[in-house]
Amino acid sequence: MLPIGIIAPDFELYSTPDQKLRLSDLRNKKVILAFYPADWSPVCGDQMALYNEMLQYFYKHNAVMIGISVDSKWSHLAFIQSHKFHFPLLSDFEPKGKVARSYEAYDEETGACERALYVIDERGIIRWNYLSPVGINPGADGILDALEEMDQVTTNLSI
Amino acid sequence: MSLRPTVSERDHIQGNKEAVIELVEYGDYQCPHCGRAYPIVKRMQEELGDQLRFVFRNFPLTNIHPEATMAAVATEAAALQNKYWEMHDIIFENQDQLAKDFLLDYAKAIDLNIKKFEKDLEDTALTEKVRADFESGIRSGVNATPTFFINGEKYNNGWEGDRLLEYIKANKISVLHY
Repeated sequence: MLPIGIIAPDFELYSTPDQKLRLSDLRNKKVILAFYPADWSPVCGDQMALYNEMLQYFYKHNAVMIGISVDSKWSHLAFIQSHKFHFPLLSDFEPKGKVARSYEAYDEETGACERALYVIDERGIIRWNYLSPVGINPGADGILDALEEMDQVTTNLSI
Repeated sequence: MSLRPTVSERDHIQGNKEAVIELVEYGDYQCPHCGRAYPIVKRMQEELGDQLRFVFRNFPLTNIHPEATMAAVATEAAALQNKYWEMHDIIFENQDQLAKDFLLDYAKAIDLNIKKFEKDLEDTALTEKVRADFESGIRSGVNATPTFFINGEKYNNGWEGDRLLEYIKANKISVLHY
């Protein structure tokens, strides 16, 4: 995992079959990066399905959610449509896992992303991170606590 | 992870309010796993009797379960006529039929005042209560349904079969942590 306080490495990945998303285009927003192992987890309470229910809470903190896995953009498209996701899933597909590696969130043995979370502030600096055991859905409470704390610090500074 | 906020008067509590064991479930009326957990909880209630109090909080995943929120609101509407648990039960027992017409049938089956029930279904305060349940689940580290808390602490193991009951017995849980 990359440490807190450094600039988040920039990247550009496919978010749909014909559109790319660049991290640095999201300056002035907080960004939640959720690396996850694979599309099509078989349970109802899948991590991404949970975040999909949480988007309005993230918006309140001026934060956007982005999922990243090594699945292809076509897999992501089908996954998004079947689960009605309202946030982008990026395809770290070619070269495989390049972005996950740059965030020290790649599992060389399985060839998939680890379950790693980063919260990046409006200036592109990593402000929170969390690595979850791969079989365990980390939930959203840690993310919300981090976003709240960031907003409190900002408020205090502006006073 | 601990339950945030702890059980209070805003919750629906079934069983002995002074019970030494408190089981809280975060569930979704349209989630098939919660449907399978429903008889398991019933069996625990029979086995533990006065030692157990049970609380259900809503955690609807609305994108994959579009009927879950209205079903949850229906239980809150039934609660206004003192029939929360009757509605909770009949919904879980008919989980694959949760469209509004079915909810009205269930309301009739448990003898609710239908006019009042229909009006209460549209009450935004009830939807807000369901949303507040969801938010408390997020705060408490709920990441899937069903998720159980035993005496305020998140239970992280399997709940199938007798595993919850055996866990409670094996750990001789008898003191509330708060």
